[in-house]
Amino acid sequence: MTNSSTTLNGALQPRPNRDIIISVRDLVVGFGDKTIMKGLNLDVYRGEVLGFVGGSGQGKSVLTRAILGLVPTRGGAIRIFGQDRDALGPIERRALEQRWGVLFQNGALFSGLTVKQNIQMPMRETRELSQPLMDELAMLKLELVGLGSDAADKFPSELSGGMVKRAALARALALDPELVFLDEPTSGLDPISAAEFDELIGTLQQTLGLTVFMVTHDLDSLYSICDRVAALAEGRVIASGPLETLLASDHPWLRAYFHGVRGGRLSAARVEQKDEEWKPAPTTP
Amino acid sequence: MTVAAVQRPPKVMRQASAEGVRLSLSGDWTLVASQHLENEGRRIVDEARRDRMVAIDLSAVSQLDTAGAWLINRARHDLARRDIAVALEHVRPEYLTLLEETHYRAFEAPARPRLNLVFALLSDLGESAVDALREFYRGVSFLGEFMASMIYVATHPQRFRFTSLVAQIELIGFRSVPIIVLINVLVGGIVAQQGIFQLLKFGASSYTVSLIGILVLRELGVLLTSIMIAGRSGSAITAELGSMKMREEIDALLVMGLSPIEVLIAPRVLGLIISLPILTFIADMAALFGGMVVSWWYGGISPVAFASLLKDAIALHTFMVGIIKAPFMALVIGLIASMDGLATKGSAESLGRQVTSSVVKSIFMVIVMDGLFAVFFASIDY
Repeated sequence: MTNSSTTLNGALQPRPNRDIIISVRDLVVGFGDKTIMKGLNLDVYRGEVLGFVGGSGQGKSVLTRAILGLVPTRGGAIRIFGQDRDALGPIERRALEQRWGVLFQNGALFSGLTVKQNIQMPMRETRELSQPLMDELAMLKLELVGLGSDAADKFPSELSGGMVKRAALARALALDPELVFLDEPTSGLDPISAAEFDELIGTLQQTLGLTVFMVTHDLDSLYSICDRVAALAEGRVIASGPLETLLASDHPWLRAYFHGVRGGRLSAARVEQKDEEWKPAPTTP
Repeated sequence: MTVAAVQRPPKVMRQASAEGVRLSLSGDWTLVASQHLENEGRRIVDEARRDRMVAIDLSAVSQLDTAGAWLINRARHDLARRDIAVALEHVRPEYLTLLEETHYRAFEAPARPRLNLVFALLSDLGESAVDALREFYRGVSFLGEFMASMIYVATHPQRFRFTSLVAQIELIGFRSVPIIVLINVLVGGIVAQQGIFQLLKFGASSYTVSLIGILVLRELGVLLTSIMIAGRSGSAITAELGSMKMREEIDALLVMGLSPIEVLIAPRVLGLIISLPILTFIADMAALFGGMVVSWWYGGISPVAFASLLKDAIALHTFMVGIIKAPFMALVIGLIASMDGLATKGSAESLGRQVTSSVVKSIFMVIVMDGLFAVFFASIDY
């Protein structure tokens, strides 16, 4: 069952045929006398959707924040687009930051700006464009994420949870980044909106050629759009690879995660209909 | 892949061909090129608008993003509107989806109501008048709610949050003592210095003591303290309640059947009402001390002489006038701060606005109240 390019319980073997966009080596992160990441290794390849799972409090968000440079690291190396992030000077650092987009868990839209202004913010600050073109691009981005033009002039506090996620995604995509970080994109959405959001991420990933690093708890997202899944436990990546590899693993946490009460129901349903396209069960009137 | 600087700027090359014109696009059609990209996008239309047939050749485009695709699509749309036939050639398959997704569409700007200047001015004026009245109404009704909950607390003392009250008194009263003492010593000294300089011209420098005594005890002590507390504690209360409102904590209290006025506001306002008279007393003493030191220094009035002159100049009611005002000032500051805190809307900007408005309004109201008290005490001859 184990794919030749992935190994369980250990470091990833490099795939020479694919471009590595993020590479994390022996990462150590801690706060005070607590060490959260103990020598973590992770690779993200160009053009893939990587789903990142882990128990609550295991440090999924900490890892994302460490990669983004929001949390100081104690050891190890993080290379993004082939550059050692810690060795970059401030100018190269800024250039790097313009090549990624981040969707924070709660959107993190600027509350004092309208949705349109939020999307235009990165364009306005880093590019020289005329206002009409910025307006058009902002509206285009809004349409790409499935928001109507009536949302453009609303303030974040006037949006529903799903709209906030979409608007935040539009802002993350404002500069057409190559790499997008999504922190629990479907949390707090109803199953229909969550499925739509998954589909949206999939479409955008295809259209824009994105690499997506997605922290998620949503088993549906893992099944439907992730090319590869990495699991975090005990301060390191305990397994990574296509979902089937993880499903077959007998690591106790992975078994509990995928074959527990909730995961089990889903994976059973998936395995049965593996070759067909999965459809939600018809509802009885 | 290294940092994508504008190594291959977007370009449009024009070639006349048999049927019409052929535009070869090359370079990175991405947002990185910013201004340059926009200009080249416009050039597609400029170069082709006198022809009947245009072929746009994308074979040399090294990178394309939504902005580039949008500009190409917009140019196609503009040309099509002039009845120019446009054909895209040599489109790489990966660009095809992008070009399809970014097909041209018109974004109608939301209609902005246009008013004429006089009308806008009048409507602004009316709006602010109505707002001011509404504000006053809200203030009065808030005062009523506060009083009602005070009465409820008085009849159900076990419901009252004494721990919270003590914490507020520490925060508002105890922690303000150093700054209150400092500013009042300085102001007392300044009043004394000017008093001595000006009254010396009439040979009446010993009246400085009366000036300091009456001015400080009746007005300055309570006024300076109230203004300081409005800035220091009023703003803190507004910010605290405002952020609780933003995070739905106030709503959480409401759905638990708890009244935010009872839980949050009563301890704060009562804390202010208890702290402010004490702080005023401390302020009075500090200002008198400052005045005494400066009188000794500049006017040669020894502390013993200062004390006996002060005893002749003031009576208990001089002191009481200041102290009586303090709890009312506290009530005004507390109510305005709480009311503005609860009026916070969802954005961070709104919180900032509420805090500013709370401080400005409380300081203004403190001074207005002081004026009203001056009129009142004069009319009852106290």
